[in-house]
Amino acid sequence: MADLLLELFSEEIPARMQARAAEDLRRLVTDRLVENGLTYAAAAAFATPRRLALSLTGLPKVTPDTAEERKGPRTDAPQPAIEGFLRSTGLTLDALERRADKKGEVFFAVIRRPGRPASEVIAEAVEHAVRNFPWPKSMRWGPGSLRWVRPLHRIVCVLSDEAGASVVPVEIDGIRSGDQTEGHRFMARGPFRVAHFDDYAAKLAAHRVVLDPEERAHRIWHDATQMAFALGMEVVEDKGLLAEVAGLAEWPVVLMGEIGAEFLDLPPEVLQTSMREHQKFFSVRNPKTGRIERFVTVANIEAPDGGAAILKGNRRVLAARLSDAKFFWENDRRKVAGQGIAGIEAMAKPLDSVVFHQKLGSQAERIARIAALAREIAPAVGADPDLAEQAAKVAKADLASAMVYEFPELQGVMGKYYARAAGLPEPVANAAEAHYRPLGPSDAVPSEPVSVAVALADKIDMLTGFWAIDEKPTGSKDPFALRRAALGVIRTVLENDIRLRIKPLLTLGDDLHYLQWASSAFAKVDEVRRSICAELGIEVEDFDSAKRLIEKNFRSDRREARLADLLNTKMADIPDPRDDLLTFLADRLKVALRDQGIRHDVIQACFDLGGQDDLVLLVNRVRAAQEFLATEDGANLLTAYRRASNIVRIEEEKDGVEYSMPPDPMFAEGAEEAALFEALDAAEPAIAAALRAEDFTAAMAAMARLRLPVDAFFDKVTVNAPNQILRRNRLCLLTRIRQVMRQVAVWDAIEG
Amino acid sequence: MPDQPRSFQEILLRLSAYWGAQGCAILQPYDLEVGAGTFHPATTLRALGPKAWAAAYVQPSRRPTDGRYGENPNRLQHYYQYQVLIKPSPPNLQDLYLGSLRAIGIDMALHDIRFVEDDWESPTLGAWGLGWEVWCDGMEVSQFTYFQQVGGHDCRPVSGELTYGLERLAMYVLGIDHVMEMPFNDPSAPIPLTYGDIFRQTEEEYSRHNFDAAEVSMLLRHFEDAEAECARLLDPELNPAIDPKTAKRIVMAHPAYDQCIKASHLFNLLDARGVISPTERQAYIARVRALAKKCADAFVQTEAGAAA
Repeated sequence: MADLLLELFSEEIPARMQARAAEDLRRLVTDRLVENGLTYAAAAAFATPRRLALSLTGLPKVTPDTAEERKGPRTDAPQPAIEGFLRSTGLTLDALERRADKKGEVFFAVIRRPGRPASEVIAEAVEHAVRNFPWPKSMRWGPGSLRWVRPLHRIVCVLSDEAGASVVPVEIDGIRSGDQTEGHRFMARGPFRVAHFDDYAAKLAAHRVVLDPEERAHRIWHDATQMAFALGMEVVEDKGLLAEVAGLAEWPVVLMGEIGAEFLDLPPEVLQTSMREHQKFFSVRNPKTGRIERFVTVANIEAPDGGAAILKGNRRVLAARLSDAKFFWENDRRKVAGQGIAGIEAMAKPLDSVVFHQKLGSQAERIARIAALAREIAPAVGADPDLAEQAAKVAKADLASAMVYEFPELQGVMGKYYARAAGLPEPVANAAEAHYRPLGPSDAVPSEPVSVAVALADKIDMLTGFWAIDEKPTGSKDPFALRRAALGVIRTVLENDIRLRIKPLLTLGDDLHYLQWASSAFAKVDEVRRSICAELGIEVEDFDSAKRLIEKNFRSDRREARLADLLNTKMADIPDPRDDLLTFLADRLKVALRDQGIRHDVIQACFDLGGQDDLVLLVNRVRAAQEFLATEDGANLLTAYRRASNIVRIEEEKDGVEYSMPPDPMFAEGAEEAALFEALDAAEPAIAAALRAEDFTAAMAAMARLRLPVDAFFDKVTVNAPNQILRRNRLCLLTRIRQVMRQVAVWDAIEG
Repeated sequence: MPDQPRSFQEILLRLSAYWGAQGCAILQPYDLEVGAGTFHPATTLRALGPKAWAAAYVQPSRRPTDGRYGENPNRLQHYYQYQVLIKPSPPNLQDLYLGSLRAIGIDMALHDIRFVEDDWESPTLGAWGLGWEVWCDGMEVSQFTYFQQVGGHDCRPVSGELTYGLERLAMYVLGIDHVMEMPFNDPSAPIPLTYGDIFRQTEEEYSRHNFDAAEVSMLLRHFEDAEAECARLLDPELNPAIDPKTAKRIVMAHPAYDQCIKASHLFNLLDARGVISPTERQAYIARVRALAKKCADAFVQTEAGAAA
């Protein structure tokens, strides 16, 4: 058994790519080795700013011999067929075996491949990995054509066992593999030799490189928290930043510094964002004052002055940054202070000319739409309509502030501060920040009624707008984050238990969306356009100008009135985008509830009833239906439902008619059939009443009472009776079973 | 360790001496208004084509929107960049670069130098590359880029480009907090001059000019003129320009490129005057980029840019 050490040593690899790259290296190399018959016991991959490393243990020294049998043509087959077989197997005629087969004597080829030395297979796998590495962005350098994330300088590729170590020869675009690598860029210059992974890791450590990114992150966090603790302070946790800084240093050294007193009154979010985004500093909070008072920076060297010069430099840079931030903060606040809504509106004025989307108007227009929608939603979420409308107008005003221009990630947060400074009510200020929520699957949804109204209005406007212009997410493309918006709507509604019909909100008073949708739908449906033109006797070229006219002012000119009329009727043929959008929401709902163990097919079955735009109600129904299906009664009834559906479908196809008339109990023969009639007559109103009362458990219970009569019916009664009257009546009875059960859900969607 | 430089100009001179010693041709600034050292034809055009190249130079650069009337300690509408371009990029370019920092007195044992991912792109030049911003104690002191494309052409071989923001770097090395207080020449010279002695008034004048006074209709007209002239010069029909000695057409890549540079600066001034809306902005950038591409197309047909 042998072990492999592979290192790809390059110029600085972007921090955000390192973890993924280590994993890709492991996958690419091991997949290729296994594909070629070289197994291994364990694999571990690492990344530092300048290297990707892979350690494989328990490799055999050669791959096993293999033999592959291939069946060829009959021995009496025509010559060209036999020759073709020889060519494809690479064997000569006398090497083929003749074997008896059902159809006569047939050639068999046994292709034996001797095992290959591990080093050969490894060399090939390494070259394959380097040449096909899935970097998110790669580049060429110098005169070469090889691509890597940054110039690649060394390849260490060493195979070792008890007897010693040897270099696996690989050469890629002039870079020859070896057993030499380098340590820290500044603290340990010059190359050194390595023999195997343990040797490598130990020598790297001696040359001031911590190979394992998790160890680097751990050291940073440990040292930072210790330093803060010693001062009675705490480091603000930031896992993303920790991973990033661990990818920026091979030998992380933690330093803590003070933030100048003149900046301590800035909002903590401003300090944190400025320090994090520009300087990659951690924030250190003083729990006694609640303020961010210090910062932690991570250097890559241990300086003889204990980092004094480094810290001094970092503080200077920070002071320059924070001076800018302070300037923006004071300027923005001065503009709105004590001015009430007028101050905020003045701040938002430039948004009149900021384009939100070319086809969806300016930011100001969008804000007006959101305000109208928030007002409409307010009663349903228990918010004051006036406050909701005002909050919507305020919520995005900070997009025009100097601070958000400089730090876009502070949108909403600054809005909150500026609304407070303007003297607006606290729910209005809070909505500025909260209406963007949830920012991700783990982020909390807004819960204050005013915030909820604005958050829903904001997201619904996004969705309807982009649906109207047919910019829906496809596959991995979702440039406007509409999936997140949909999920936000779902979570906000469900987690706050809000009873709200969504469909009526999708177009609400919003001509722009409707017209956008109409024109894009028409642009696509060219025949409609042409047929309208033909009916009106106008040229196709005139269509757009005529349409624009009616869209603008619905003039009463007769031809235009006729065009408007036609547009309306023809429009009915084009699917309603609101239904499409509801289907999209249902699909997101499936994703959202998957973690809670809710079945996607049960959601579909309930959604298929149509008109299911009250998400709370829908989910209650889905939960009850799923519980019902898990019971013995439920499973049995589902089987019966399917059986009924199958029989009816087959017989309808056979006879070319629909068996959907009400069945007549007059023709019921025997106790079982009569009992089923009775049971259905009892269940139908019971289910309906339970549904009206939104008591889905009761509805399921009412349906469960059908199980015994239905089972007994299938047991004892022959549907396809020789008597045609009886047969038709029974087929219609099966349809009735379906209809009664379909009050609750369209069970056809259930899988399995 | 070299002794510490004492003035802005000494840093500039040391960089030139260093890169000269590394074999670069030390060029002079380009004599047109540009937004960055990259615009100098010694970078933009010479990064194209297969011929080897090594040049370093100071480039006065203008970013009209960055004007702060000489009041901001770090922002200027006119500043200096130090630019190095080597083609093909040598394998030890990072080490060469670190050597230049040592040359201006930065001690790598005491200061924390980092290469932080930064992909460079110039939409107006149709150019992009991968590399880093180089940090010294948390401050960006240089841009380090391996050019992948310029003017829409793949760079083969690839050039390595280094850009130093001189004022910021010098302020750091000299320990100065406000740019205007930085000694320009040696502080013990008979007539010591600060950066402010030389540039405070011009920053005030130009800030006012760029934001408020520059005549918009003239700028628009000049932009159109430069754009038209660039296209005309490169059009074989409109500008046949046959060399009487060789009977071959003289491709005027450089004169045309001058017009592209002018158009770019005029656009920057228009931007500072606040007369360009966000949507128009993209359109203007695309127009300048179209010129840069035409110039690049032309340059690769010339002797300096062609294969063999």
